[in-house]
Amino acid sequence: MKISFTLNGAEIRMETAPDRRVVDILREDLGLTGTKEGCGTGECGACTILLDGVTKLSCLMLAAQIDGREITTIEGMAKSGELHPLQEAFVESGAVQCGFCTPGMVMAGAALLEQNSAPSDNAIRTALSGNLCRCTGYQKIVDGVKQCCRKEHEKKEPS
Amino acid sequence: MNDSQQVRLGERTSRFDAAAKVCGAEHYAIDHYPEGFVWAGARRAGVAHGLLRSVETAAAERIPGVLRVLTARDVPGTNRYGIIHKDAPVLADTKVRHAGDAVALVVAETKEALQQALAALIVVIDPLPPVCTVDAALAPDAPLVHEERTEGNVLVHAVIEKGNAAAAFAACAAVVETTFHTPVQAHAFLETENGLARSNEDGTLEMIVSTQAPFRDRFEISHALGIPFDRIVITAPYLGGGFGGKDGATVQCLLALAAVSLPGRWIKMVWDREENLIAGYKRHGARLEYRAGALGDGTLHALECRLYYDTGAYAHLGGEVLGLGMEHAAGPYRIGNAHIEGWCVYTNNPVAGAMRAFGVCQVSFAFEQIMDLLAEKLGMDPLAFRLKNALLKGDVNAASVRLTTSTGIVECLRKIGKHTLWLNREAWKAAAPRHKKRGIGLAAVWNAMGYGKNVRDSAIAKIALGEDGGFIVTNGVADMGQGNASTFAQIAAALLGQNAGRMRVIQPDTVSALPSGSSSAGRTTYAYGNALVKACEELKHRMINRAGLILFVDDDRDLRLVPGAVEHAPSGRTIPLDRLASFMKPEERISMHHFVTPVVTDLPDTGKGLAYGFPHLFFAYGAHCAAVEIDLLTGIIDVAAYATVTDGGRVLNPALFEQQIEGGVAQGIGYALMEECLAGEGILRTPNLSTYIIPTALDIPSIDTDWVETDETSGPLGMKGVGEIAMNGPLPAIANAVADALGTRICHAPFRPERILAAIRESML
Repeated sequence: MKISFTLNGAEIRMETAPDRRVVDILREDLGLTGTKEGCGTGECGACTILLDGVTKLSCLMLAAQIDGREITTIEGMAKSGELHPLQEAFVESGAVQCGFCTPGMVMAGAALLEQNSAPSDNAIRTALSGNLCRCTGYQKIVDGVKQCCRKEHEKKEPS
Repeated sequence: MNDSQQVRLGERTSRFDAAAKVCGAEHYAIDHYPEGFVWAGARRAGVAHGLLRSVETAAAERIPGVLRVLTARDVPGTNRYGIIHKDAPVLADTKVRHAGDAVALVVAETKEALQQALAALIVVIDPLPPVCTVDAALAPDAPLVHEERTEGNVLVHAVIEKGNAAAAFAACAAVVETTFHTPVQAHAFLETENGLARSNEDGTLEMIVSTQAPFRDRFEISHALGIPFDRIVITAPYLGGGFGGKDGATVQCLLALAAVSLPGRWIKMVWDREENLIAGYKRHGARLEYRAGALGDGTLHALECRLYYDTGAYAHLGGEVLGLGMEHAAGPYRIGNAHIEGWCVYTNNPVAGAMRAFGVCQVSFAFEQIMDLLAEKLGMDPLAFRLKNALLKGDVNAASVRLTTSTGIVECLRKIGKHTLWLNREAWKAAAPRHKKRGIGLAAVWNAMGYGKNVRDSAIAKIALGEDGGFIVTNGVADMGQGNASTFAQIAAALLGQNAGRMRVIQPDTVSALPSGSSSAGRTTYAYGNALVKACEELKHRMINRAGLILFVDDDRDLRLVPGAVEHAPSGRTIPLDRLASFMKPEERISMHHFVTPVVTDLPDTGKGLAYGFPHLFFAYGAHCAAVEIDLLTGIIDVAAYATVTDGGRVLNPALFEQQIEGGVAQGIGYALMEECLAGEGILRTPNLSTYIIPTALDIPSIDTDWVETDETSGPLGMKGVGEIAMNGPLPAIANAVADALGTRICHAPFRPERILAAIRESML
């Protein structure tokens, strides 16, 4: 089938099988390998993308489901060479070790911050609980989200 | 790290690799899709034990897009690999020994054709009775897992003897005896086993693999397939996790076999999560039978223990895993009399191999509960009892090795004793809400660093001054996520007085890098770092000398490296590094140096049967404290808070140090509460992440990470490895906290709610 969608701000039109997994479209057809696959069954969250601003697991989505929609992947988070504030906070807080869960974590964390600019620890942990990380013990990831909130808050209300 | 920031040691700086990873720009092995690549996949036996009668390939071969269907008959060479014991077939020939054995290999143009072909293979196996437990394996009439090992299913049997344990119990005022069981754990790294291979016209075999040991992989492939090792070129990009599970061949031999059968094409193999769990390596499940005694004054006096490790179908490093468990079986304590006996046995279970804390977290569960049990019998405070017996530098440990290197367990214990979790424990416990009970538990742990005796542990570092005046470190030890590559850049930048922006690290490939061993055993930064320090010193020396020539100064001692330049301090004159580089010949700009990790020279007369990796000279130490709250109605344990103090020598970068400790604690909490590979008749019942459960952000508390800085004088800038130590603490600390809360002890991990509920019921009887 022919599908068209917006990917990181750019219009994409492509011919694909309607049952092709979105994660394969991104990684294999479009070369956007920042989106990772850790399980293929919706359990680990490494393949998290934003679909119309909402987190979705691209390993469980099929081509037909993205027709006419807007997708953001990790490659679309940095704007004109500037890291997204959460990406920057992840770097600074030590939230990245092997880094394989990181793209999914960034997507999940960024989606949380869109909804809630001052989440509690528990809200952060809940929002990230669909994303498995095997390296960090999550602490520095949670720290990264908190640091990002703090910095964004300071930007808005300079002391 | 800010590119223009001067790099120092001991400072908290961000990792060099974080920016690319956080953008999704880092290319792991799995992210490579070369032009014209095709897919390879293995058909797994699905039967734990049986005679392989036939693999009918005709139907699979007829499927459009199928390029090759290979069976054992197509394997050139020995068709056997294994790090020490070459007992694992690339493709099963006469027999299958576990359900994850590969029986056929298919190469196809598309994933769809591959899946169809794998399903179309007709595999005929005559089942044999599977050997599923250690006891079944040791039974006199047990079926043989390896038919050629006519002496039975024991891979390694060994004894560590010190003093006279049997006689020493008579003098003990307190004696305890308990049997412990630890589960089979999966590494569950997020990037599953994968790689690419291409056989080139010039006879070389080019590979990109998610591997912890690219240099050793060449020998594994060479032995199994009869390909000269020097024709094999392996690149190891950053790994999406490893933890030991990518130390040893996974996809390597299969990919190489596929590549030589179809020259000229890139062949890609990716194990899905189910294949990872079924065919990938595991942590050894163990049964640990302990009897220990202490004198009336609280001196540990006697230990007898029998350790049984289930290595599954193939040896991998099972004997060495058992050996390290035995070496640590008495804990970080002085003890005069010990009889430590171990068996590592073959079964038809999934293959157990290397995993973070390599045999040590099993015995930690046992000895640290034994310590609490003895303290209770003696009426002593568990911390005071540990402190009284904790090893000091100069002491002789239970393996009869005199500790001559940094030994900080006493300092760790003292510091954890001052932590609020420990100090306020009674008040916190008393505040438990209704239907809940709280407990606090301690654990003192240790973990050897390095391969140990008889396994040369060495590294060769390479650093170059580039034409642009930047520096390139050629990493020789794969970075599986622990951040050694970043630490190498940090060490080099600090020693050369440079800013972060000038440093670049190339990940290992077997052509550019020099053999530096595997990414394992807490030895990565220690061994390569030591070599790198010397390589940097030599390069610096050379740069200063050549700068002196260009600046025409009398005394090189007046020259120093500053960010981007060499400066003549008295005159303030400088020569920029790119200019200096242009004056130097290419071979002068490259500096290489090697390091061999020291081993115990005063060898104890014990440990018979432990041929490789016994004993060790260096150890990291740690003291852990867990606070748990148990729901008496559901049996669910909440780890409410967790604190650690670690002795890893000098801390080069607190951020990376904390990462290792926090990550180890999280894996340890998973091991304690939920993780268990369950197999029935050798068939894995937990083949995905909804049945094999690992902790999420909601399961791990905030972890308080602290350290004591001993100076490991042999280490690069005083450090020693801390990759494994933290994994050892959570299971025993949580076990002791659960016993503290419930008044009853659970000796069978993990502590899933049903086990806790059973213990609660028992305690109420």
